[in-house]
Amino acid sequence: MKPNILRRLRRSVATLLVVAAAGGTLLGAGPASAQQSMAGSEKIWTALKGDVLGDRPILLDTGLIRIEAPKRAQDAALVPVDIYIDPAKAAGVKKVTMVIDVNPAPVAATFELGKEAGVTHLSTRVRVNDYSWLRAIAETESGELHMSQTFVKASGGCSAPAVKNSKEALASMGQMKLRQFAPPKESMTKAQELQLMIRHPNNSGLQRDPLTQYFIPAHFVQNLSISQGDRLILSMEGGISISEDPNFRFDFDVHGNDDIRVEATDTDGKVFTDKWPLDPTGL
Amino acid sequence: MPFDPVRRGMMKGIASLGLAALPCLASRAFAAGDAGFALREIADGVFAFQGVNELMHSGNEGAICNLGVVVGADAAAVIDSGGSLVEAQSFIAAIARATRKPVRYLINTHVHPDHIFGNAAFRPLGPEIVGHRNLPAALEARGAFYLHNYREQLGGKLMEGIEIVPPTLLVDDALRLDLGGRVIELRAWEAAHTDNDLTVLDATSGTLFAGDLVFLGHLPTIDGSLLGWLRQMDALAGIDAAHVVPGHGPTPSAWPGALDDERRYFDALAADLRQAIKEGTPLAQAVKTAGRSEASNWALFDDYNERNATAAYAELEWE
Repeated sequence: MKPNILRRLRRSVATLLVVAAAGGTLLGAGPASAQQSMAGSEKIWTALKGDVLGDRPILLDTGLIRIEAPKRAQDAALVPVDIYIDPAKAAGVKKVTMVIDVNPAPVAATFELGKEAGVTHLSTRVRVNDYSWLRAIAETESGELHMSQTFVKASGGCSAPAVKNSKEALASMGQMKLRQFAPPKESMTKAQELQLMIRHPNNSGLQRDPLTQYFIPAHFVQNLSISQGDRLILSMEGGISISEDPNFRFDFDVHGNDDIRVEATDTDGKVFTDKWPLDPTGL
Repeated sequence: MPFDPVRRGMMKGIASLGLAALPCLASRAFAAGDAGFALREIADGVFAFQGVNELMHSGNEGAICNLGVVVGADAAAVIDSGGSLVEAQSFIAAIARATRKPVRYLINTHVHPDHIFGNAAFRPLGPEIVGHRNLPAALEARGAFYLHNYREQLGGKLMEGIEIVPPTLLVDDALRLDLGGRVIELRAWEAAHTDNDLTVLDATSGTLFAGDLVFLGHLPTIDGSLLGWLRQMDALAGIDAAHVVPGHGPTPSAWPGALDDERRYFDALAADLRQAIKEGTPLAQAVKTAGRSEASNWALFDDYNERNATAAYAELEWE
């Protein structure tokens, strides 16, 4: 190749790079490409993971844990998330951490799973503020960390990760509902499915009171434990990334006939408790 | 406390707003002060602009919702400011062509960007900005998010100068505003489309400005309470008006017949979701099919139906 052609080529490559960089800057202020958003989300995670999980290696996509969420969030305030744990390895998982990189509080929840609880599927609903990776990290009894991740494009449009009906949210706070679903007939396990619903605004506290101009303190369900009798099924430490009216659906292995008991504590120190008899016939 | 939420502001990037000017690739609907802004007189002293049934984007300059003006002997009231400053400036120019009366009130029918992003353009006219008692809290909870997230849809250039401008006069339950020989009646509703919906009735001409409590053609969006909307449907229908300016759809439309389509959609959506909830179908699965029988009846169905179903599922499962 003749040198002048090479020079011209170099120049045009340089021009391309400048254009691309300028385009990137423009896009940064306007629509961000999914790739840029992925990289941005990843950068936040890189800075964050040491604080959340320590310096241990994180094993990606080993099949032990899997997270699923819609590719595009329909309602930013209510994004359904499913976490699956390999049933063959579920007994060895003691903790699951769920992270939404770009949220104001990225650690959405930490779930402790009861010994012999047999939880292999857990679904909940979260707020997603922007394009973000959603991550589920399982910690095994031996201290291994296994991660699964899925990328969610936050909803455009008029939905927002905020309370929809402020009056209702406060009026019914603390009310709980438990639904029980029997295992499918063909299933050989004793696993039963439960859905726990708690009325709570789960407010972010990132807003000012329009009258006083003071920031409204965050007000959310901080701790939750669900047991059968004295046996823990799962407990959660949560934050403002969990949607208004926290909602958890999960399977577990039934042990005996003890009641299902729930205790929830919010950031105001309010304690909400309830119990329901086990209903093996379910739905 | 073992739980460290590692908080950060959600306003990242807002500081850089307006730094970059995206070239306007799509053709403009109208330029600032454009004489083509179609503000039509639909009754004596009552004017309406009809937005397009689209998502907000740079090509339509955010002009997707209907806007209105009611003119009395002393002053005018404006209903909603539009989805961008560019649209609002065209609107203001059209108002000036329609009347010489001062704009004394700018009424925001609710919190959504297509209805309020034009507010700052009205500042030089000095109107009272009127809103539902819940509007300030809703703006506080969502404003920063809207300013950040709408840059993707509208582009940096159109977002330039857009501010969240809160109301200066609140409607607790009902409020009458005297425009001089003409009184308009504002009513604050319980949660339905949002938790801060206002309607405006001009009894003189029998015109109801329903805000987004009425959608025609454009799929209704549920961002408050489906049950609340259905519960208040009869009270809405009972409003004594001759015709309605819906939030989205033809201006004017027949009243109360304008409610028929959305009521049918809500009933279909609610019936599908109640069935799914009864059968134990999880939210993520149920929202894929709920309400689909209505798909061919609406514009923007695929853009909004799943979102509506998501919000409605979470509400209906408490029944």
